[in-house]
Amino acid sequence: MKDRGLGSNGFGSLIFHTLFTLFIVAPLLVIILVSFSDKGYISMPFEGASLRWYWAILEAPELMDAFSTSIWLGLGAATLASLVAVPAAIAIARYRFAGRDGLMALLLSPLMVPHVVLGVAFLRFFSLMGWSGSFLALMLVHALIVVPFALRLTLGAIIGLSRDAELAARSLGASRWTAFRRILLPLILPGVAGGWVLSFIQSFDEVTMTVFIATPGTTTLPVALYHRVAMLTDPVTASVSAIMIIGTMGLMFILDRIVGIDKVLIGKK
Amino acid sequence: MSDASKSASQPWLLSFPSLALFLGLLVVPLALTAILSFNVFDSMMGTQDDYTFGNYLEILSDSYYYELFLRTALMSAGVTLLCILLGVPETIILSRMQPRYQGIFFVMILGPLLISVVVRTLGWSIMLGREGLINQSLISLGLIEAPLQLMYSMTGVVIVLTHVMLPFMVIAVWTTLQKLDPQVADAARSLGAGSWTTFSRVILPQLLPGILSGAIIVFTLSASAFATPALIGGRRLKVVTTSIYDEFLHSMNWPLGAAIAVLLLIGIVSVVMGSNRYIERKFKQVFS
Repeated sequence: MKDRGLGSNGFGSLIFHTLFTLFIVAPLLVIILVSFSDKGYISMPFEGASLRWYWAILEAPELMDAFSTSIWLGLGAATLASLVAVPAAIAIARYRFAGRDGLMALLLSPLMVPHVVLGVAFLRFFSLMGWSGSFLALMLVHALIVVPFALRLTLGAIIGLSRDAELAARSLGASRWTAFRRILLPLILPGVAGGWVLSFIQSFDEVTMTVFIATPGTTTLPVALYHRVAMLTDPVTASVSAIMIIGTMGLMFILDRIVGIDKVLIGKK
Repeated sequence: MSDASKSASQPWLLSFPSLALFLGLLVVPLALTAILSFNVFDSMMGTQDDYTFGNYLEILSDSYYYELFLRTALMSAGVTLLCILLGVPETIILSRMQPRYQGIFFVMILGPLLISVVVRTLGWSIMLGREGLINQSLISLGLIEAPLQLMYSMTGVVIVLTHVMLPFMVIAVWTTLQKLDPQVADAARSLGAGSWTTFSRVILPQLLPGILSGAIIVFTLSASAFATPALIGGRRLKVVTTSIYDEFLHSMNWPLGAAIAVLLLIGIVSVVMGSNRYIERKFKQVFS
Protein backbone atom coordinates (compact mmCIF):
# COMPACT_ATOMS: atom_id res chain seq x y z
CA MET A 1 0.00 0.00 0.00
CA LYS A 2 1.32 3.39 -0.97
CA ASP A 3 1.56 5.96 1.78
CA ARG A 4 -1.09 8.54 0.97
CA GLY A 5 0.23 11.05 3.42
CA LEU A 6 -1.99 9.59 6.13
CA GLY A 7 0.81 8.38 8.36
CA SER A 8 0.57 5.04 10.12
CA ASN A 9 -1.85 3.56 12.62
CA GLY A 10 -1.15 4.37 16.25
CA PHE A 11 -2.43 2.61 19.34
CA GLY A 12 -5.62 4.67 19.42
CA SER A 13 -6.35 3.76 15.79
CA LEU A 14 -6.00 0.08 16.55
CA ILE A 15 -8.42 0.30 19.49
CA PHE A 16 -10.91 2.18 17.31
CA HIS A 17 -10.48 -0.39 14.56
CA THR A 18 -11.01 -3.31 16.97
CA LEU A 19 -14.19 -1.80 18.40
CA PHE A 20 -15.43 -0.95 14.91
CA THR A 21 -14.87 -4.48 13.63
CA LEU A 22 -16.51 -5.91 16.75
CA PHE A 23 -19.53 -3.65 16.19
CA ILE A 24 -19.84 -4.95 12.62
CA VAL A 25 -19.47 -8.68 13.30
CA ALA A 26 -21.13 -8.90 16.75
CA PRO A 27 -24.75 -9.37 15.61
CA LEU A 28 -23.73 -12.09 13.15
CA LEU A 29 -21.61 -13.92 15.74
CA VAL A 30 -24.45 -13.71 18.25
CA ILE A 31 -26.85 -15.35 15.78
CA ILE A 32 -24.46 -18.19 15.05
CA LEU A 33 -23.85 -18.79 18.77
CA VAL A 34 -27.53 -18.67 19.71
CA SER A 35 -28.41 -21.10 16.91
CA PHE A 36 -26.43 -23.84 18.72
CA SER A 37 -28.26 -23.42 22.03
CA ASP A 38 -30.09 -26.43 23.46
CA LYS A 39 -32.60 -24.31 25.39
CA GLY A 40 -36.14 -23.61 24.23
CA TYR A 41 -35.52 -19.85 24.23
CA ILE A 42 -32.87 -17.44 22.95
CA SER A 43 -29.70 -18.15 24.95
CA MET A 44 -25.99 -18.67 24.54
CA PRO A 45 -24.80 -22.26 23.94
CA PHE A 46 -22.20 -22.21 26.72
CA GLU A 47 -24.37 -24.18 29.14
CA GLY A 48 -25.39 -26.80 26.64
CA ALA A 49 -25.01 -26.88 22.86
CA SER A 50 -27.03 -28.85 20.37
CA LEU A 51 -28.15 -28.95 16.77
CA ARG A 52 -31.83 -29.27 17.73
CA TRP A 53 -32.76 -25.89 16.21
CA TYR A 54 -31.30 -26.95 12.88
CA TRP A 55 -33.41 -30.11 12.91
CA ALA A 56 -36.37 -27.96 13.90
CA ILE A 57 -36.16 -26.17 10.53
CA LEU A 58 -36.95 -29.45 8.79
CA GLU A 59 -40.17 -29.64 10.80
CA ALA A 60 -41.27 -26.12 9.83
CA PRO A 61 -42.83 -26.63 6.39
CA GLU A 62 -43.45 -22.92 5.83
CA LEU A 63 -39.71 -22.24 6.19
CA MET A 64 -38.76 -25.16 3.94
CA ASP A 65 -41.23 -23.99 1.27
CA ALA A 66 -39.96 -20.42 1.56
CA PHE A 67 -36.40 -21.66 1.23
CA SER A 68 -37.08 -23.52 -2.01
CA THR A 69 -39.11 -20.57 -3.37
CA SER A 70 -36.16 -18.27 -2.69
CA ILE A 71 -33.68 -20.61 -4.37
CA TRP A 72 -35.75 -20.98 -7.54
CA LEU A 73 -36.58 -17.29 -7.55
CA GLY A 74 -32.91 -16.36 -7.24
CA LEU A 75 -31.87 -18.77 -10.00
CA GLY A 76 -34.57 -17.54 -12.39
CA ALA A 77 -34.15 -13.85 -11.62
CA ALA A 78 -30.35 -13.91 -11.86
CA THR A 79 -30.46 -15.80 -15.16
CA LEU A 80 -33.06 -13.51 -16.70
CA ALA A 81 -31.27 -10.40 -15.44
CA SER A 82 -28.00 -11.59 -16.99
CA LEU A 83 -29.74 -12.42 -20.28
CA VAL A 84 -31.03 -8.86 -20.65
CA ALA A 85 -28.05 -7.12 -19.02
CA VAL A 86 -25.32 -8.61 -21.24
CA PRO A 87 -26.64 -7.26 -24.57
CA ALA A 88 -27.49 -3.94 -22.89
CA ALA A 89 -23.95 -3.74 -21.50
CA ILE A 90 -22.53 -4.39 -24.99
CA ALA A 91 -24.72 -1.63 -26.42
CA ILE A 92 -23.65 0.82 -23.71
CA ALA A 93 -19.95 -0.05 -23.85
CA ARG A 94 -19.53 -0.38 -27.61
CA TYR A 95 -21.85 2.18 -29.19
CA ARG A 96 -22.33 5.91 -28.92
CA PHE A 97 -26.00 6.63 -29.52
CA ALA A 98 -28.61 9.19 -28.54
CA GLY A 99 -30.31 8.04 -25.39
CA ARG A 100 -27.31 6.05 -24.15
CA ASP A 101 -27.09 7.97 -20.86
CA GLY A 102 -30.85 7.73 -20.45
CA LEU A 103 -30.77 3.97 -21.01
CA MET A 104 -28.00 3.59 -18.44
CA ALA A 105 -29.91 5.74 -15.91
CA LEU A 106 -33.10 3.74 -16.49
CA LEU A 107 -31.36 0.39 -16.03
CA LEU A 108 -29.67 1.56 -12.82
CA SER A 109 -32.81 3.26 -11.46
CA PRO A 110 -33.92 0.30 -9.27
CA LEU A 111 -30.97 1.26 -7.05
CA MET A 112 -32.46 4.69 -6.40
CA VAL A 113 -36.21 4.02 -6.18
CA PRO A 114 -37.02 2.94 -2.60
CA HIS A 115 -37.98 -0.71 -2.53
CA VAL A 116 -41.11 0.18 -0.56
CA VAL A 117 -42.25 2.25 -3.54
CA LEU A 118 -41.46 -0.63 -5.90
CA GLY A 119 -43.37 -2.95 -3.58
CA VAL A 120 -46.57 -0.88 -3.68
CA ALA A 121 -46.20 -0.32 -7.44
CA PHE A 122 -45.98 -4.06 -8.09
CA LEU A 123 -48.77 -4.82 -5.62
CA ARG A 124 -51.05 -2.42 -7.54
CA PHE A 125 -49.88 -3.64 -10.94
CA PHE A 126 -50.25 -7.35 -10.09
CA SER A 127 -53.73 -6.85 -8.66
CA LEU A 128 -54.83 -4.96 -11.79
CA MET A 129 -53.35 -7.63 -14.08
CA GLY A 130 -54.57 -10.55 -11.97
CA TRP A 131 -50.97 -11.69 -11.42
CA SER A 132 -51.15 -11.87 -7.62
CA GLY A 133 -49.62 -15.10 -6.37
CA SER A 134 -47.86 -15.79 -9.67
CA PHE A 135 -44.31 -17.07 -9.23
CA LEU A 136 -43.43 -15.98 -12.77
CA ALA A 137 -44.50 -12.39 -12.07
CA LEU A 138 -42.46 -12.36 -8.87
CA MET A 139 -39.47 -13.66 -10.78
CA LEU A 140 -39.81 -10.99 -13.47
CA VAL A 141 -39.78 -8.14 -10.95
CA HIS A 142 -36.92 -9.72 -9.03
CA ALA A 143 -35.00 -9.89 -12.32
CA LEU A 144 -35.77 -6.21 -12.84
CA ILE A 145 -34.39 -5.10 -9.49
CA VAL A 146 -31.16 -7.11 -9.83
CA VAL A 147 -30.40 -5.94 -13.40
CA PRO A 148 -28.22 -3.06 -12.04
CA PHE A 149 -25.89 -5.56 -10.38
CA ALA A 150 -25.60 -7.81 -13.44
CA LEU A 151 -25.14 -4.73 -15.65
CA ARG A 152 -22.44 -3.18 -13.47
CA LEU A 153 -20.21 -6.24 -13.34
CA THR A 154 -20.70 -7.04 -17.03
CA LEU A 155 -19.90 -3.45 -18.01
CA GLY A 156 -16.80 -3.62 -15.83
CA ALA A 157 -15.65 -6.62 -17.88
CA ILE A 158 -16.37 -5.10 -21.32
CA ILE A 159 -15.03 -1.60 -20.81
CA GLY A 160 -11.33 -1.48 -21.51
CA LEU A 161 -11.41 -4.71 -23.52
CA SER A 162 -9.54 -4.53 -26.81
CA ARG A 163 -11.76 -5.05 -29.87
CA ASP A 164 -8.92 -6.38 -32.04
CA ALA A 165 -9.65 -10.11 -31.72
CA GLU A 166 -13.34 -9.55 -32.41
CA LEU A 167 -12.65 -7.38 -35.46
CA ALA A 168 -10.16 -9.92 -36.76
CA ALA A 169 -12.76 -12.66 -36.46
CA ARG A 170 -15.33 -10.48 -38.26
CA SER A 171 -12.95 -9.64 -41.08
CA LEU A 172 -12.21 -13.35 -41.50
CA GLY A 173 -15.90 -13.94 -42.12
CA ALA A 174 -17.33 -14.76 -38.68
CA SER A 175 -20.89 -13.60 -38.16
CA ARG A 176 -21.70 -11.15 -35.35
CA TRP A 177 -23.18 -14.01 -33.34
CA THR A 178 -20.13 -16.26 -33.84
CA ALA A 179 -17.79 -13.41 -32.96
CA PHE A 180 -19.81 -12.80 -29.80
CA ARG A 181 -20.03 -16.44 -28.80
CA ARG A 182 -16.47 -17.45 -29.59
CA ILE A 183 -14.52 -14.25 -28.84
CA LEU A 184 -16.34 -11.69 -26.70
CA LEU A 185 -18.33 -13.99 -24.40
CA PRO A 186 -15.33 -16.05 -23.22
CA LEU A 187 -13.47 -12.81 -22.50
CA ILE A 188 -16.25 -11.26 -20.42
CA LEU A 189 -17.43 -14.51 -18.83
CA PRO A 190 -15.94 -13.81 -15.38
CA GLY A 191 -17.80 -10.49 -15.22
CA VAL A 192 -21.03 -12.08 -16.42
CA ALA A 193 -20.71 -14.98 -13.96
CA GLY A 194 -19.85 -12.61 -11.12
CA GLY A 195 -22.86 -10.48 -12.02
CA TRP A 196 -25.02 -13.60 -12.00
CA VAL A 197 -23.88 -14.66 -8.52
CA LEU A 198 -24.28 -11.13 -7.14
CA SER A 199 -27.76 -10.93 -8.71
CA PHE A 200 -28.67 -14.26 -7.12
CA ILE A 201 -27.57 -12.99 -3.69
CA GLN A 202 -29.48 -9.72 -4.10
CA SER A 203 -32.65 -11.52 -5.19
CA PHE A 204 -32.32 -14.09 -2.42
CA ASP A 205 -31.90 -11.35 0.24
CA GLU A 206 -34.59 -8.95 -0.97
CA VAL A 207 -37.31 -8.40 1.63
CA THR A 208 -38.71 -4.84 1.51
CA MET A 209 -40.28 -5.08 -1.93
CA THR A 210 -41.18 -8.77 -1.71
CA VAL A 211 -43.04 -8.37 1.60
CA PHE A 212 -45.70 -6.39 -0.33
CA ILE A 213 -46.25 -8.89 -3.13
CA ALA A 214 -45.49 -12.29 -1.57
CA THR A 215 -48.59 -14.45 -1.19
CA PRO A 216 -48.86 -17.63 0.91
CA GLY A 217 -47.69 -19.66 -2.11
CA THR A 218 -44.84 -17.34 -3.09
CA THR A 219 -43.33 -16.38 0.27
CA THR A 220 -39.56 -16.08 0.16
CA LEU A 221 -37.23 -17.02 3.01
CA PRO A 222 -36.42 -13.45 4.14
CA VAL A 223 -40.15 -12.60 4.09
CA ALA A 224 -41.06 -15.72 6.09
CA LEU A 225 -38.26 -14.89 8.51
CA TYR A 226 -39.45 -11.29 8.74
CA HIS A 227 -43.00 -12.34 9.63
CA ARG A 228 -41.73 -14.86 12.17
CA VAL A 229 -39.36 -12.39 13.85
CA ALA A 230 -42.11 -9.75 13.92
CA MET A 231 -44.13 -12.17 16.06
CA LEU A 232 -41.46 -13.80 18.20
CA THR A 233 -37.71 -14.31 18.26
CA ASP A 234 -37.26 -18.04 18.79
CA PRO A 235 -34.11 -20.15 18.29
CA VAL A 236 -35.41 -21.37 14.89
CA THR A 237 -35.13 -17.83 13.52
CA ALA A 238 -31.48 -17.95 14.64
CA SER A 239 -30.71 -21.30 13.02
CA VAL A 240 -32.35 -20.22 9.72
CA SER A 241 -30.35 -16.98 9.87
CA ALA A 242 -27.15 -18.86 10.62
CA ILE A 243 -27.69 -20.99 7.51
CA MET A 244 -28.26 -17.81 5.47
CA ILE A 245 -25.04 -16.29 6.85
CA ILE A 246 -23.01 -19.41 6.07
CA GLY A 247 -24.60 -19.76 2.62
CA THR A 248 -23.79 -16.13 1.82
CA MET A 249 -20.20 -16.65 2.96
CA GLY A 250 -19.95 -19.61 0.59
CA LEU A 251 -21.23 -17.49 -2.31
CA MET A 252 -18.82 -14.70 -1.36
CA PHE A 253 -15.99 -17.22 -1.61
CA ILE A 254 -17.18 -18.18 -5.11
CA LEU A 255 -17.48 -14.51 -6.09
CA ASP A 256 -13.95 -13.92 -4.86
CA ARG A 257 -12.73 -16.76 -7.08
CA ILE A 258 -14.55 -15.49 -10.18
CA VAL A 259 -14.08 -11.72 -10.10
CA GLY A 260 -12.42 -10.81 -6.81
CA ILE A 261 -14.58 -9.87 -3.85
CA ASP A 262 -13.14 -6.36 -3.64
CA LYS A 263 -14.36 -5.69 -7.18
CA VAL A 264 -17.86 -6.80 -6.24
CA LEU A 265 -18.01 -4.87 -2.98
CA ILE A 266 -16.29 -1.66 -4.00
CA GLY A 267 -17.48 -1.60 -7.60
CA LYS A 268 -14.26 -0.65 -9.32
CA LYS A 269 -10.62 -1.05 -8.56
CA MET B 1 -21.47 -3.20 -40.72
CA SER B 2 -22.70 -3.13 -44.27
CA ASP B 3 -24.34 0.25 -43.92
CA ALA B 4 -24.75 3.07 -41.48
CA SER B 5 -28.44 2.51 -40.73
CA LYS B 6 -27.81 -1.05 -39.63
CA SER B 7 -25.17 -0.05 -37.14
CA ALA B 8 -27.38 2.78 -35.82
CA SER B 9 -30.15 0.33 -34.97
CA GLN B 10 -27.73 -2.20 -33.46
CA PRO B 11 -27.55 -0.70 -29.92
CA TRP B 12 -31.34 -0.50 -29.74
CA LEU B 13 -31.68 -4.13 -30.79
CA LEU B 14 -29.20 -5.09 -28.10
CA SER B 15 -30.93 -3.08 -25.40
CA PHE B 16 -34.46 -3.99 -26.49
CA PRO B 17 -34.95 -6.88 -24.00
CA SER B 18 -33.89 -4.78 -21.02
CA LEU B 19 -35.90 -1.78 -22.25
CA ALA B 20 -39.03 -3.91 -22.67
CA LEU B 21 -38.62 -5.32 -19.16
CA PHE B 22 -38.10 -1.88 -17.63
CA LEU B 23 -40.87 -0.09 -19.52
CA GLY B 24 -43.41 -2.85 -18.90
CA LEU B 25 -42.53 -3.67 -15.31
CA LEU B 26 -41.08 -0.47 -13.89
CA VAL B 27 -42.34 2.59 -15.73
CA VAL B 28 -45.93 1.33 -16.11
CA PRO B 29 -46.37 0.17 -12.47
CA LEU B 30 -44.86 3.41 -11.15
CA ALA B 31 -47.18 5.45 -13.37
CA LEU B 32 -50.15 3.37 -12.18
CA THR B 33 -49.15 4.04 -8.57
CA ALA B 34 -48.98 7.76 -9.24
CA ILE B 35 -52.51 7.56 -10.71
CA LEU B 36 -53.69 5.44 -7.75
CA SER B 37 -52.60 8.20 -5.37
CA PHE B 38 -55.30 10.43 -6.94
CA ASN B 39 -58.09 7.86 -6.59
CA VAL B 40 -60.96 8.37 -4.17
CA PHE B 41 -61.00 5.97 -1.24
CA ASP B 42 -64.24 4.99 0.46
CA SER B 43 -63.97 3.13 3.75
CA MET B 44 -66.95 0.96 2.83
CA MET B 45 -66.40 0.47 -0.90
CA GLY B 46 -62.58 0.63 -1.13
CA THR B 47 -60.74 2.30 -3.99
CA GLN B 48 -63.03 4.19 -6.39
CA ASP B 49 -62.50 5.21 -10.00
CA ASP B 50 -63.02 8.94 -9.32
CA TYR B 51 -60.07 11.29 -8.99
CA THR B 52 -59.27 13.75 -6.23
CA PHE B 53 -56.47 15.69 -4.58
CA GLY B 54 -57.99 14.56 -1.29
CA ASN B 55 -55.25 12.08 -0.34
CA TYR B 56 -52.54 14.70 -0.68
CA LEU B 57 -54.69 17.30 1.11
CA GLU B 58 -55.23 14.83 3.94
CA ILE B 59 -51.47 14.34 4.31
CA LEU B 60 -50.67 18.05 4.01
CA SER B 61 -53.31 19.10 6.53
CA ASP B 62 -52.54 16.54 9.23
CA SER B 63 -49.70 17.17 11.67
CA TYR B 64 -49.39 13.38 12.10
CA TYR B 65 -47.81 13.13 8.64
CA TYR B 66 -45.51 16.10 9.21
CA GLU B 67 -44.23 14.35 12.33
CA LEU B 68 -43.91 11.10 10.39
CA PHE B 69 -41.76 12.64 7.66
CA LEU B 70 -39.81 14.72 10.20
CA ARG B 71 -39.14 11.64 12.36
CA THR B 72 -37.92 9.73 9.31
CA ALA B 73 -35.67 12.62 8.24
CA LEU B 74 -34.21 13.03 11.75
CA MET B 75 -33.62 9.28 12.02
CA SER B 76 -31.84 9.26 8.63
CA ALA B 77 -29.81 12.35 9.58
CA GLY B 78 -28.73 10.70 12.84
CA VAL B 79 -27.67 7.55 11.03
CA THR B 80 -25.81 9.62 8.43
CA LEU B 81 -23.94 11.57 11.12
CA LEU B 82 -22.93 8.38 12.97
CA CYS B 83 -21.81 6.78 9.70
CA ILE B 84 -19.57 9.78 8.98
CA LEU B 85 -18.14 9.85 12.52
CA LEU B 86 -17.40 6.10 12.52
CA GLY B 87 -16.89 5.32 8.83
CA VAL B 88 -14.43 8.06 7.85
CA PRO B 89 -11.80 7.33 10.54
CA GLU B 90 -12.17 3.59 9.98
CA THR B 91 -11.61 3.96 6.23
CA ILE B 92 -8.47 6.01 6.87
CA ILE B 93 -7.23 3.35 9.30
CA LEU B 94 -7.97 0.66 6.68
CA SER B 95 -6.03 2.53 4.02
CA ARG B 96 -2.93 2.60 6.24
CA MET B 97 -2.93 -1.17 6.71
CA GLN B 98 -0.85 -3.69 4.87
CA PRO B 99 -2.68 -5.16 1.87
CA ARG B 100 -2.87 -8.56 3.57
CA TYR B 101 -4.89 -7.24 6.52
CA GLN B 102 -6.79 -4.85 4.29
CA GLY B 103 -8.27 -7.79 2.38
CA ILE B 104 -9.37 -9.59 5.54
CA PHE B 105 -10.98 -6.54 7.11
CA PHE B 106 -12.65 -5.49 3.88
CA VAL B 107 -14.49 -8.79 3.76
CA MET B 108 -15.40 -8.52 7.45
CA ILE B 109 -16.64 -4.93 7.20
CA LEU B 110 -18.22 -4.96 3.72
CA GLY B 111 -19.30 -8.61 3.61
CA PRO B 112 -22.40 -8.03 5.78
CA LEU B 113 -23.79 -5.99 2.83
CA LEU B 114 -24.49 -9.31 1.14
CA ILE B 115 -26.27 -10.81 4.15
CA SER B 116 -30.02 -10.28 4.35
CA VAL B 117 -30.96 -7.21 6.37
CA VAL B 118 -33.55 -9.29 8.26
CA VAL B 119 -30.75 -11.53 9.52
CA ARG B 120 -28.61 -8.57 10.62
CA THR B 121 -31.61 -6.98 12.34
CA LEU B 122 -32.42 -10.24 14.13
CA GLY B 123 -28.87 -10.35 15.52
CA TRP B 124 -29.36 -6.88 16.92
CA SER B 125 -32.77 -7.60 18.38
CA ILE B 126 -31.17 -10.48 20.32
CA MET B 127 -28.47 -8.11 21.62
CA LEU B 128 -30.66 -5.08 22.34
CA GLY B 129 -33.29 -6.72 24.58
CA ARG B 130 -33.63 -5.88 28.28
CA GLU B 131 -31.74 -9.09 29.12
CA GLY B 132 -29.58 -8.82 26.02
CA LEU B 133 -25.84 -8.69 25.63
CA ILE B 134 -25.59 -4.88 25.53
CA ASN B 135 -27.58 -4.27 28.71
CA GLN B 136 -25.85 -7.12 30.56
CA SER B 137 -22.38 -5.86 29.71
CA LEU B 138 -23.25 -2.25 30.57
CA ILE B 139 -24.63 -3.35 33.93
CA SER B 140 -21.69 -5.62 34.74
CA LEU B 141 -19.31 -2.79 33.83
CA GLY B 142 -21.21 -0.65 36.31
CA LEU B 143 -22.06 1.96 33.66
CA ILE B 144 -25.81 1.71 34.20
CA GLU B 145 -27.97 0.34 37.01
CA ALA B 146 -31.21 -0.53 35.29
CA PRO B 147 -31.43 -1.96 31.75
CA LEU B 148 -31.90 0.60 28.97
CA GLN B 149 -34.94 0.43 26.75
CA LEU B 150 -33.23 -0.13 23.40
CA MET B 151 -35.77 -2.32 21.62
CA TYR B 152 -38.81 -0.42 20.32
CA SER B 153 -36.93 2.86 20.67
CA MET B 154 -35.50 5.36 18.22
CA THR B 155 -32.06 4.86 19.80
CA GLY B 156 -32.20 1.16 18.91
CA VAL B 157 -33.35 1.83 15.34
CA VAL B 158 -30.55 4.36 14.79
CA ILE B 159 -27.91 1.95 16.19
CA VAL B 160 -29.02 -0.91 13.94
CA LEU B 161 -29.44 1.25 10.83
CA THR B 162 -25.94 2.65 11.41
CA HIS B 163 -24.67 -0.92 11.42
CA VAL B 164 -26.53 -1.66 8.18
CA MET B 165 -25.39 1.54 6.41
CA LEU B 166 -21.74 1.83 7.53
CA PRO B 167 -20.36 -0.29 4.65
CA PHE B 168 -21.77 2.21 2.13
CA MET B 169 -19.91 5.07 3.80
CA VAL B 170 -16.68 3.05 3.90
CA ILE B 171 -16.99 2.25 0.17
CA ALA B 172 -17.66 5.89 -0.78
CA VAL B 173 -14.76 7.28 1.26
CA TRP B 174 -12.42 4.49 0.14
CA THR B 175 -13.08 5.28 -3.52
CA THR B 176 -12.07 8.94 -3.01
CA LEU B 177 -9.13 7.97 -0.84
CA GLN B 178 -7.68 5.98 -3.73
CA LYS B 179 -7.49 9.14 -5.85
CA LEU B 180 -5.62 11.09 -3.21
CA ASP B 181 -2.21 12.31 -4.32
CA PRO B 182 0.28 11.60 -1.48
CA GLN B 183 2.59 14.33 -2.78
CA VAL B 184 0.10 17.01 -1.78
CA ALA B 185 0.24 15.91 1.86
CA ASP B 186 4.03 15.64 1.64
CA ALA B 187 4.17 19.18 0.28
CA ALA B 188 2.08 20.44 3.20
CA ARG B 189 4.35 18.69 5.68
CA SER B 190 7.55 19.92 4.08
CA LEU B 191 6.15 23.45 4.25
CA GLY B 192 5.87 23.01 8.01
CA ALA B 193 2.27 21.86 8.60
CA GLY B 194 1.75 19.55 11.56
CA SER B 195 -0.04 16.24 11.11
CA TRP B 196 -3.37 17.62 12.38
CA THR B 197 -3.15 20.68 10.13
CA THR B 198 -2.21 18.43 7.20
CA PHE B 199 -5.23 16.25 7.91
CA SER B 200 -7.80 18.99 8.49
CA ARG B 201 -6.59 21.46 5.86
CA VAL B 202 -5.25 19.19 3.12
CA ILE B 203 -6.62 15.65 3.36
CA LEU B 204 -10.13 16.20 4.72
CA PRO B 205 -11.13 18.75 2.04
CA GLN B 206 -10.08 16.25 -0.62
CA LEU B 207 -12.15 13.51 1.05
CA LEU B 208 -15.21 15.74 1.26
CA PRO B 209 -16.77 14.72 -2.09
CA GLY B 210 -16.56 11.06 -1.04
CA ILE B 211 -18.00 11.77 2.40
CA LEU B 212 -20.84 13.75 0.82
CA SER B 213 -21.72 11.08 -1.71
CA GLY B 214 -21.57 8.47 1.04
CA ALA B 215 -23.84 10.67 3.15
CA ILE B 216 -26.41 10.92 0.33
CA ILE B 217 -26.44 7.15 -0.12
CA VAL B 218 -26.75 6.52 3.62
CA PHE B 219 -29.44 9.17 4.10
CA THR B 220 -31.65 7.98 1.24
CA LEU B 221 -31.23 4.29 2.06
CA SER B 222 -32.08 5.00 5.72
CA ALA B 223 -35.18 6.93 4.75
CA SER B 224 -36.29 4.00 2.58
CA ALA B 225 -35.31 1.23 5.01
CA PHE B 226 -38.22 -0.94 6.05
CA ALA B 227 -37.30 -4.17 7.86
CA THR B 228 -35.05 -2.55 10.49
CA PRO B 229 -37.45 0.19 11.65
CA ALA B 230 -40.33 -2.30 11.50
CA LEU B 231 -38.63 -4.97 13.61
CA ILE B 232 -36.57 -2.81 16.00
CA GLY B 233 -38.98 0.12 16.23
CA GLY B 234 -42.03 -2.09 16.57
CA ARG B 235 -45.60 -1.21 15.66
CA ARG B 236 -45.78 2.04 17.59
CA LEU B 237 -42.68 3.82 16.33
CA LYS B 238 -43.74 4.68 12.79
CA VAL B 239 -41.57 5.89 9.96
CA VAL B 240 -42.66 6.66 6.38
CA THR B 241 -41.99 3.18 5.01
CA THR B 242 -43.75 1.31 7.82
CA SER B 243 -46.78 3.60 7.57
CA ILE B 244 -46.98 2.91 3.81
CA TYR B 245 -46.95 -0.81 4.65
CA ASP B 246 -49.77 -0.31 7.18
CA GLU B 247 -51.92 1.69 4.74
CA PHE B 248 -51.55 -1.01 2.10
CA LEU B 249 -51.75 -4.19 4.15
CA HIS B 250 -53.68 -3.27 7.29
CA SER B 251 -55.93 -0.24 6.71
CA MET B 252 -56.23 -1.23 3.03
CA ASN B 253 -56.35 2.46 2.11
CA TRP B 254 -54.29 2.04 -1.05
CA PRO B 255 -54.76 5.55 -2.49
CA LEU B 256 -53.50 7.18 0.72
CA GLY B 257 -50.60 4.70 0.93
CA ALA B 258 -49.76 5.42 -2.71
CA ALA B 259 -49.77 9.18 -2.01
CA ILE B 260 -47.32 8.72 0.89
CA ALA B 261 -45.16 6.50 -1.36
CA VAL B 262 -45.17 9.15 -4.12
CA LEU B 263 -44.12 11.81 -1.59
CA LEU B 264 -41.31 9.55 -0.32
CA LEU B 265 -40.09 8.97 -3.87
CA ILE B 266 -40.22 12.71 -4.66
CA GLY B 267 -38.37 13.46 -1.43
CA ILE B 268 -35.63 10.97 -2.15
CA VAL B 269 -35.19 11.90 -5.80
CA SER B 270 -34.96 15.59 -4.88
CA VAL B 271 -32.38 14.92 -2.15
CA VAL B 272 -30.25 12.95 -4.65
CA MET B 273 -30.65 15.46 -7.51
CA GLY B 274 -30.24 18.50 -5.26
CA SER B 275 -27.11 17.28 -3.55
CA ASN B 276 -25.55 16.03 -6.79
CA ARG B 277 -26.02 19.49 -8.27
CA TYR B 278 -24.58 21.03 -5.10
CA ILE B 279 -21.53 18.75 -5.18
CA GLU B 280 -20.93 19.45 -8.85
CA ARG B 281 -21.13 23.21 -8.33
CA LYS B 282 -19.05 23.21 -5.20
CA PHE B 283 -16.26 20.94 -6.32
CA LYS B 284 -16.03 21.63 -10.02
CA GLN B 285 -14.06 24.82 -9.58
CA VAL B 286 -11.86 23.22 -6.94
CA PHE B 287 -10.81 20.14 -8.83
CA SER B 288 -11.10 20.79 -12.54
